[in-house]
Amino acid sequence: MNTLIYTSILGLLCMVVEIFDFRKILVPMIILGLATIFYINIEDWNHVQFFYNNMLRADNYSVAFSGLAIVISAFVFVLSSDFYKDDSKHISDYLAILVFVLCGALIMFSFWNMAMLFLGIEILSISLYIMAGSKRFDVRSNEAGFKYFLMGSFASGFLLFGIALIYGATRSFHLANIAAYVAAGNISPIFYVGMTMMLVAMLFKVAAVPFHFWSPDVYEGAPALVTTLMSTLVKIAAFGAFYRLFYVCFLDTLGSINLILAIVTAATIILGNLTALSQINFKRLLAYSGISHAGYLLLALISMKGGTANAIFYYSSGYAIATIGAFAVAILVFKAMKNENIDAFNGLGKKNPLLAAALTMSMLSLAGIPPFAGFLGKYYIFSEAIKNGQIALTFIAVLNSIIGVYYYFKVILAMYTKPADETEVSGNVSYYVIISVCLLLSVLLGIFPGVLMHLF
Amino acid sequence: MMTLLILFFPLVASLLVLISGNKLASKVALFFSVIELAITFYCYLIYKQSGAESFYYFKEWIADPKISFHLGMDGLSLLMVILTNFLTPIIILSAFNRNIENAKGYFSLITFMQFALVGVFVAYDGLLYYIFWELALIPIYFIALRWGGANRVNVTLKFFIYTLAGSLLMLFGFIMLYHYNPSHSFDIRELYANASKVCSCNQSWLFWLFFAAFAIKIPIVPFHTWQADTYKEAPTQGTMLLAGIMLKMGTYSLIRWLIPIVPAGVAEWGPYAIVLCVIGIVYASVIAIMQKDLKKLFAYSSVAHVGLIAAGIFALNMQGLQGSVVQMLAHGVNVVGLFFCADIIFNRTQSLNVEGLGGIRNVAPKFNTLFMIVVLGSVALPLTNGFIGEFLLLFGVYEYNTWLSVFAGLTIILGAVYMLRMFQNVMLGNTNETTSVFEDLKWNEMLVLGIIAIVIIVMGVYPKPVFEMAEPALQQILNNALIK
Repeated sequence: MNTLIYTSILGLLCMVVEIFDFRKILVPMIILGLATIFYINIEDWNHVQFFYNNMLRADNYSVAFSGLAIVISAFVFVLSSDFYKDDSKHISDYLAILVFVLCGALIMFSFWNMAMLFLGIEILSISLYIMAGSKRFDVRSNEAGFKYFLMGSFASGFLLFGIALIYGATRSFHLANIAAYVAAGNISPIFYVGMTMMLVAMLFKVAAVPFHFWSPDVYEGAPALVTTLMSTLVKIAAFGAFYRLFYVCFLDTLGSINLILAIVTAATIILGNLTALSQINFKRLLAYSGISHAGYLLLALISMKGGTANAIFYYSSGYAIATIGAFAVAILVFKAMKNENIDAFNGLGKKNPLLAAALTMSMLSLAGIPPFAGFLGKYYIFSEAIKNGQIALTFIAVLNSIIGVYYYFKVILAMYTKPADETEVSGNVSYYVIISVCLLLSVLLGIFPGVLMHLF
Repeated sequence: MMTLLILFFPLVASLLVLISGNKLASKVALFFSVIELAITFYCYLIYKQSGAESFYYFKEWIADPKISFHLGMDGLSLLMVILTNFLTPIIILSAFNRNIENAKGYFSLITFMQFALVGVFVAYDGLLYYIFWELALIPIYFIALRWGGANRVNVTLKFFIYTLAGSLLMLFGFIMLYHYNPSHSFDIRELYANASKVCSCNQSWLFWLFFAAFAIKIPIVPFHTWQADTYKEAPTQGTMLLAGIMLKMGTYSLIRWLIPIVPAGVAEWGPYAIVLCVIGIVYASVIAIMQKDLKKLFAYSSVAHVGLIAAGIFALNMQGLQGSVVQMLAHGVNVVGLFFCADIIFNRTQSLNVEGLGGIRNVAPKFNTLFMIVVLGSVALPLTNGFIGEFLLLFGVYEYNTWLSVFAGLTIILGAVYMLRMFQNVMLGNTNETTSVFEDLKWNEMLVLGIIAIVIIVMGVYPKPVFEMAEPALQQILNNALIK
C-alpha cells in the first residue's frame, strides 16, 4: 500500500513547495512523483496483501484501477501548468488538492472495510467540492461547488446510513465478514434496506438517473480542467468502488435489487442520451454523454459475473482517454474563443486542422465507432451483458448508441461546416503532447485491446 | 501473405498521399492505386494457379470474446477486390483536371476508403468484418461532408446515422449469434458449420437484424430514402465510391454472411424479402422515369438495378447467385461510367437538368460514343456486361417464381425507357446556348471512359472467367444455405 502513502506525501510536498516558493518545479515534480508511484503500484501486481488491520487490500483489481487513475491524473497535471498560468499564485494549493483527489480514488479501489470506503469517497469528494468552486469570483463556479457539496453530503448521508444498517445486520464493517454473512443465508431485512441505501449513494456518485441532476451543473460551472478530472478519474473511481463493493459483498443478494438496477440502467442510458441531444454548452454535452456512458457501465454491472471487471476496466480506459483528448482540445478552444458553447468550435477544421482532427477522433471513439477503443469497449460491454442474459437492455443500449452519434457529430459538424472567424486557436506544447498521446492510445487500444482486456 | 499486402497497401498509400502535399496528391494516389491494381492482378494469377488456399491468413487477435484476425480470398472475395481495385484508380483519374480544394485530404480519404473496402471483402471473421464495414463509413462521410454540394450537412448526417443504425443492429445480431453458436466464435468457418445448430426461432429474428443493415446499405426499398440525396450532394468521386463499390458491400454481404449464417431465417423470410426487392425494382424505375436531374435519375436507376441483384440472391439458386456476382461487377463499372458522364456534363454546362440540355452529340462526338456505350451497358443490351447479369438474374428469379420474374423483368423495359429518353434529351437534337460550347473529352476523361467502355464490351462478350471464379465459392454458400 505504499502507493497510497507516497501519493499522500506527494500531496503534502506540493504544499511545502508553496512555502519555499518553488512553483516552477511543481508540475515536473508531480509528474515525476506520479511516474514513480505508478512504478511502485505495478510492483504490487499479483501479490494479494492486506494493510492496516485488513482495512485495505491490494490485489490485481486495485492495482489495475490505481494504475489507470494515476495515468489519468498525470495527463491532467501535464495540462495544469498552462491552465493555471494566469493564476499561478494558488497553483500549489490547487494541485495539492488534485493530488488528494487521487488519494481518495486509490482508497476507493482498494478498500476492504466499509469505513475505508467512506473515507475514500469523502477524501475524493471534499477535495472536489473545493476544486469545483475554485474560480472564486465566478458565480457559476461558486454555484457548482455549493451544489455539489450539498448534494454530495446528502449522498454521503445515505452511504453512512446504509453502512450503519449493514453493520447492524452483520456486526461488521469488514468486507469478508459481510460476504460470509451473505453466504450463510438467513439475511435480515435490515440488511436489504442498508444495501439499497448504499446503492443509492453509489448511483449518486456515478451520476445515474434519477440521481444525476448535479452533474451537468457542476461540470458546467467547474473550471474545465477540474471537469476533465471529474468526468474521468472521479467517474472511474466511483465505478471501481461500486463494482468492488457489490461484487465482494452483495453478489448473492443482487437478485433482490436487479429490477431497480435494470430500471436505473435503462433510464440512465435513455435520458442521458436524449437530454444530450438538446445541449448547446460543450461541457453540459459531455456531462450528459458521461451520464449515458455511466448507463453503459451499469449495464455491465447488472447481474455481473467474473468477467465484468475486465469489461468495466477496458471501457473506462477507452472512455477516459477519449474524454481527456476531447477536453484538452476544448480547453484551448474555450480559452481562445472565451465561449464554452458548441459554436465555439465553428470552423476549427480550417483554423487548426490538427486539433479538429484530434477532437473528431475523440468524438468518434466516444460514439463507439471502430477502430477506436470506444468501439471495442462498447462491444465488450454488450457482449458481457448478453452473456448475462440482459438481451432487452442491451437492445435499448444499442438503439441509444445511434442517438449518441447525433450529438457527437454536432461538434464535428460545427468544426467542419460552420464558417470560421478570425480568432486563432493554438496552445503550448503540453497540450499537443497530451492530445497526441491520447489519440495514439485510443487507436492502439482499439487495435491491440488484448493488453487491457484480460487483466483479472 | 498476399492478402495482408493487398489489404494494407492502400492504408500505407493513404498516409503517403497525405504527406505528399496538395500538388502531388492526385498523382501519388493514382500511382499507388495502379500498383495496388498490379498486386491484385498478381493475386489473380496465383488464384488461377493454386486456388484460394494460399490466401488464408489466420491470427488470434482477442482471446475472449474470441475474435480472430482471419483473412481470406475465395473467388467471390477476389472478384470484389478486383472490382474495388480496378475502380479506385479510375475514380482517382476521373478527378484529374478538376479543381479540388485540399487535395491531399481528398485523395488520402479515397485511398483510405479503398483500404476499408478491401477489408470488408477479405475479412473472414464476423467482428473483423464489422469493423471494416464501419470503417468504410468514416472516409465517405467526410468526403461528402467536406467536398459535397450545398445541402450536404443534413444529407450526409442522415446518411451516416441511417447506415450506422443498420450497422449497430448487425452488431447486435453478431453478438447474439456468437452467444447462440455452440462454439462461441465469430470465425466464418464456425458460423457456417454451426448455422443449422442455431434454433430457427432465433434465426427468424436475427435475419431481420442483418437484413436491415444490408438493406440500408444496398439500398432496398423502403430503406432507400438516404440514397438519392446523398448521391446528389456527394462530390463525383464520392458518388462513384458509394454507387460503384460501397453499395456492393451490401449485396456481397447478403451472399457471404446473411444467407449461409442464418439459413433457417432466410428460408422463413426470404420470400418476403424477394417480394420487397421486386416491389423496389418497379417503384425505383417508375421514379427514375420522372426524374429531371441527371444524378438523381442515375441514383434511382441504381436502386432498381441493385434491387434485381438482391432479388436474384434471395432466389437461392445458382443462376441467381452467378447473375448477382456478374451484375455486381457490371453495375459497379457502369454506374461509375454514368456518374462520370454526369460530372463531365455538369463540369461543362453547370447544369444537370435533363430538359435544359441537348445536342451535345453535335459538338462532342467522342463523348457521345462513349456515353452511348455506357448507357447501353446499363440498359442491358446483348453483348454488353449488363445483359449477362440481368439475364441470369431474371432467369434465377424465374426459376424461383414465374410471376415475380415478370415484374422484375419490367426493369429492363422501364430502364430502356428512362435511360434512352435521357440520352435522347441530353445528347441528341439541336444544341442550345448551354451546350453549344461543349468541349469534347480531355485526355483523362477519354482514358477513364475508354477503359470503362472496353470493360463493358469485353465482359459482355466473354464473361466466362467470372463464372469460373465465383462458382466454387457460391456452391459452398448455396450448400450451406439449403441445409435444413
